[in-house]
Amino acid sequence: MQLADILSSLFPAGHEITQADGLVTGWGRLDQQNRIDLIGIAGKTYPGVDEAIALAGHILSVARRPDSSPLLFLVDSGSQRMSRRDELLGLSEALAHLAKALWQAEHAGHRTVGLLYGGSAAGAFIATALACGSLVALPTAWPEVMDLPSMARVTKLPLATLKEKAETTPVFAPGLDNLLATGAIAEVWDPAASLNAQLAAFLAKPVSRDPRAQWGADRGGRPKAAMIAAEVERLALLHG
Amino acid sequence: MENLLYELKSTQTGGTRAVALVGVVASGNLEILLERREAPDRCVIEIATPAHGFAELWAAVTEDFAARAAAGGLRITINDGGARPDMVALRLAQGVRLMEKPE
Amino acid sequence: MTDPRTLRRSWYEESARGRLLHLLDADSFTEFLGPERRETSPHLSLFDLPRQFDDGIIVGAGRIDGRPVLVAAQEGRFMGGAIGEVHGAKLTGLLHAAAKMRRDIVILFDTGGVRLQEANAGELAISEIMRAVLEARSEGARVIGLLGGRAGCYGGGSLIAGCCSALVISEQGRLSVSGPEVIETNKGVEEFDSRDRALVWRTMGGKHRYLIGGADVFVEDDIAAFRAGAIAALQRPATLDPTVLQAEQTRLEHRLRHFGDAHDATEIWARLHVDDPREIPERDIAAFLTTANSHRENADAAR
Repeated sequence: MQLADILSSLFPAGHEITQADGLVTGWGRLDQQNRIDLIGIAGKTYPGVDEAIALAGHILSVARRPDSSPLLFLVDSGSQRMSRRDELLGLSEALAHLAKALWQAEHAGHRTVGLLYGGSAAGAFIATALACGSLVALPTAWPEVMDLPSMARVTKLPLATLKEKAETTPVFAPGLDNLLATGAIAEVWDPAASLNAQLAAFLAKPVSRDPRAQWGADRGGRPKAAMIAAEVERLALLHG
Repeated sequence: MENLLYELKSTQTGGTRAVALVGVVASGNLEILLERREAPDRCVIEIATPAHGFAELWAAVTEDFAARAAAGGLRITINDGGARPDMVALRLAQGVRLMEKPE
Repeated sequence: MTDPRTLRRSWYEESARGRLLHLLDADSFTEFLGPERRETSPHLSLFDLPRQFDDGIIVGAGRIDGRPVLVAAQEGRFMGGAIGEVHGAKLTGLLHAAAKMRRDIVILFDTGGVRLQEANAGELAISEIMRAVLEARSEGARVIGLLGGRAGCYGGGSLIAGCCSALVISEQGRLSVSGPEVIETNKGVEEFDSRDRALVWRTMGGKHRYLIGGADVFVEDDIAAFRAGAIAALQRPATLDPTVLQAEQTRLEHRLRHFGDAHDATEIWARLHVDDPREIPERDIAAFLTTANSHRENADAAR
């Protein structure tokens, strides 16, 4: 689904966006009474220090507003930009700052919902889609940590071997099904039905503290994470 | 992974420590967990190793260890990262010394 | 000041358990979910890879200079300190406790980032850890990062570090999202020659990070120095609120404006009015700190 079609389906009552240098800002009418804020990375842009800092600035200004309107983060990106300049200028700080800005918005009453409709990889995935309070996806989404050919090179395993192993577990290979099974994604939406209705229904659901490890356990993709975290927490509290 | 198990006779380990850990799972290295839970004259050694076909070498190293060191009462569990016999022997000796140290 | 009669003990060379032993007050450490619990990775056997009993991270509680802290130490020699499902979950759980107890926590980073054999689990763990760091901080807990290990602090590890309230780094420490080899593989050797060690350290190493405000305390490669650095970091305020985040926004925008067109760290250091910027890598710690402390960018109340 193209961004324009997604926006039309999300906001039949109207929306307004500005798109520049791969970044999207704006708003959309959830219904006649309620507007929500929009932010996004489009066109498979690879966010670097410039993009991360610009996005964070927008998000922090939303967070400062005293109302409680949600913030929808539309994602179609590559990985973080891999360059000497970006690392020299402290990309890790910029990406962490972006994640903090999203956290701050959520904490200040602006629920942050990521809508992954295209790609998202590695550090960009962590700092954008995964840093939203909740994350939903369209079936066209392609989240990944690393593509299999690169993984084959780094692990020194044949690509064919990796592909074979990927059929037996969702724990390492790219793709929406795998990230759903491991707990990253709350829901996959139906592009043939009204996205506005699906968004409204999603926003009506209560928010809970990070449910993703439990989803990973329930769906079978991460059998141990939730129970290990719970056990360490329990032992630490017991120790006092 | 190849999993090996050796049950050996040995003289009893000194000290009262219940658990000790030596080493790291890395190339040419290994991790050894020692637990005081076997009969005083018995030493059980369990090995998980990614290198197949070295059972005889492991048998020789562990037998030699159990004969020379006071390893009775110990269950020794090894995660091997591809260590040579001399490294294995070193870690086993370090492990027993640690178990005998006062807490 | 470290007693000159005390033998220097390299942080870089030491194991994670060794670092904890000498970082914390004597006999103060209790490990949670230690190796005897055998909570290993459920995924490594698929790749015929050996497991480690603690899955490469030690978590527990102790005291530093009498102050109770929670601690986590990554073992950089096990799979490059890379974060898998169990490793990540141990740190997440510890951070949840830090929030509930309002207890300060010290993280000894030594990681190449996500463990590729468990990539999706590692990626999610990093996101969960970051959220848990921010929650702990919002409850008033300090989250201190110590960076100086062999594996560096790369990938997702660097993003976790960016959420900490203060970072202590040595010259040997490296902090970066993509590592030198990854940049070279993706963009070519002209973009980044990963074998140029001096370039690696100028771009990602402790001295540069300290000068540009990417780290808060600079120490020698010595466990006693890291202990002193941790004590200093634990005195710093750790508030996480809109004021702090706006201050961080301002300092990062300022950094882009002032250094965004610099081609190399030496140019940045020159713009900071550091004398003899090209000599910075060679300068010993005392001389370096004298220069750095009067010219560096800082992230005080802006991290």
